[in-house]
Amino acid sequence: MKYVDEFRDGTLAAGLARAIAREADSGRDYAFMEFCGGHTHAISRYGVADLLPANVRMIHGPGCPVCVLPIGRVDMAIRLALARPEVILCTYGDCLRVPASDGLSLLKAKARGADVRMVYSAADALALATREPAREVVFFAIGFETTTPPTALVLRQAAAQGLANFSVICNHVLTPSAISTILESPEVRRLGTVPLDGFIGPAHVSTIIGSQPYAFFAEEYRKPVVIAGFEPLDVMQAIRMLVRQVNEGRAEVENEFSRAVVPEGNLKAKTLVAETFELRRSFEWRGLGLVPYSALRIRAAFAPWDAEAKFGLDYRPVPDNRACECGAILRGVRKPTDCKLFGTVCTPETPMGSCMVSSEGACAAHYNYGRFRDVPVRVVDRAARLNANQETA
Amino acid sequence: MNTVKPGYVRPLDLRNGRVDLGFGAGGRAMAQLISELFARAFANDFLARGDDGAVLPAPAPGERLVMATDAHVVSPLFFPGGDIGSLSVHGTVNDLAVMGARPLYLAASFILEEGYALAELARIVDSMAAAARAAGVVVVTGDTKVVEQGKGDGVFITTTGVGALPAGRDPGGARARPGDVVLLSGRIGDHGMAIMAQRESLAFDSEIVSDSAALNGLVEALYAAVPAEAVRVLRDPTRGGLATTLNEIAAQSGVGMELDEAAIPVSPQVHAACELLGLDPLYVANEGKLVVLCAPEHAEAALAALHAHPLGAEAARIGAATADPQHFVQIRTGFGGRRMVDWLAGEQLPRIC
Repeated sequence: MKYVDEFRDGTLAAGLARAIAREADSGRDYAFMEFCGGHTHAISRYGVADLLPANVRMIHGPGCPVCVLPIGRVDMAIRLALARPEVILCTYGDCLRVPASDGLSLLKAKARGADVRMVYSAADALALATREPAREVVFFAIGFETTTPPTALVLRQAAAQGLANFSVICNHVLTPSAISTILESPEVRRLGTVPLDGFIGPAHVSTIIGSQPYAFFAEEYRKPVVIAGFEPLDVMQAIRMLVRQVNEGRAEVENEFSRAVVPEGNLKAKTLVAETFELRRSFEWRGLGLVPYSALRIRAAFAPWDAEAKFGLDYRPVPDNRACECGAILRGVRKPTDCKLFGTVCTPETPMGSCMVSSEGACAAHYNYGRFRDVPVRVVDRAARLNANQETA
Repeated sequence: MNTVKPGYVRPLDLRNGRVDLGFGAGGRAMAQLISELFARAFANDFLARGDDGAVLPAPAPGERLVMATDAHVVSPLFFPGGDIGSLSVHGTVNDLAVMGARPLYLAASFILEEGYALAELARIVDSMAAAARAAGVVVVTGDTKVVEQGKGDGVFITTTGVGALPAGRDPGGARARPGDVVLLSGRIGDHGMAIMAQRESLAFDSEIVSDSAALNGLVEALYAAVPAEAVRVLRDPTRGGLATTLNEIAAQSGVGMELDEAAIPVSPQVHAACELLGLDPLYVANEGKLVVLCAPEHAEAALAALHAHPLGAEAARIGAATADPQHFVQIRTGFGGRRMVDWLAGEQLPRIC
């Protein structure tokens, strides 16, 4: 497939792997966080970790929109959809399985009679409202800066058309504030117990917000940031650029994803978002807790299309399982396998915490793609290693 | 004088008529539906007897009987490359074929929704009859029920098949051994993506055609080329796709698997559609593909036999079974890394970012 396969080429990957191994200083360790779930998925899906030297470690960040969505927000949508038969609740496919309170999820609420439908875009939800004038179509909008402009657009279209049976539950969150929270966490900022040498910056998010917002992290926290595309070669190239910055003592924002990201971002989209949404003072992130100024709400001018206002929805926070280590995993303090729940009661079929919810989450990615690495020694490996030893001897 | 012709019945209106509750009520309407639609399309001596069941000849000495059943609820009912009629034949024929059996007879049970157009039903039944003829199986008995409007989705078809298993053949999911070679008969994901492209919520045009096909000919070609005991496992990777099938075999046989991602054939269209929707073709359904686990010393002959058959032209050697107490299915990615190919958790849902 053109423009995709070029970025998954095994030969180029092997070349980059050699370059990283050559440039990485064997006398030190490197720990980089990929913020985005898209990167986490690419790293696990293509086995990028196998191409990195042992002293270069990737930490999976909180950039998975479904993972950080707090249970209380899903509960809110489920309560609405179950209580009001006239409501058609639409959302992206990823959201449907997110476990909520009382053993429910949107998918299970559907089985109990709620009209829940999967849409591929905000525009599909708006079109559904036009097609079903007798029903109340509520779009459960989630995502980072990438999915926010389309939500802004449908809100404006609904307002322009005076479409009274359409509204939005806005759960859009902001990337930079989440990065700040991680950098401000005691382990990273003060104690230094969690080494964090740099960030792979978001791909799609950066096409909207540009590369400028990351300059603050580079300057204030002295952490290099390399914005990278979601293809595995993008990730490898970004790791090489991060290794170089660390080696040279630089902390700059570099853009590996220059085919799509410009410094100022997408001005039209940013204006659209600013005109339609305003900052929430604080918003709960699953795994990170309350993060100040980290989410958007719909401006008063669009209140008739704000489902929270329209249906008087109230938010009731729900704590995660106390044994769940998602918060620490998202900050790089723990690995999925450090969690007692991982792979025992918490599996992709029955996720207990945020990181297991979507395939982009750190725990789900490790469970689905990487857990074979946890098994001590495999029979075939031992044979292969013996052969290798004999050859070198 | 009585002017009504004896036995005169007005024929079914197959052009404009619709299914009504009478067709399932056991009366004249039902008898008419059976004789004018089903018996005409499936025309054979077993059905012609008009009895409650079919009397079948005993298998040849040394052969055993294999029985399989498959319910079909596909939506939409018509899709590029097939329809629920042909699919309902292929589904059960393939279940028998991958048991090593030669499929012989089918029973078909229809659940029709009140109001469904008879013209469409006739198209489905004709397609089913054509698929059965092509696969060399006979629809020997059947049943029809009608449910009220809103309680079905047009047509549901369940087929049950009987086949004969020649002596010496005994493929089974638990028979794979470390070192066995994994062969795949062609491109994966065509059926699932052809169906998905037809669904109204996904407004994309594609030329993807379902691979729905009867695999019994391909299986016979395989057995003609290699000793029966060399064929350890046969499977058709339907729902859940290739990944699920291989995990099932790994668990049943107590082995691991090592696959080579670059060797697994995927058409550019399916690759692109999956990319667009955030799906993995390894988990997308097929309806005309064969997975073979074969003893390594006969793998070349088996692959050549698949290649020589029209349904196996793109067959490939995609990996091997390994000794792995965890029964993990692993894959060498085209990128040069490794990962697991796990069971699917729930339904494959598209990702957001």
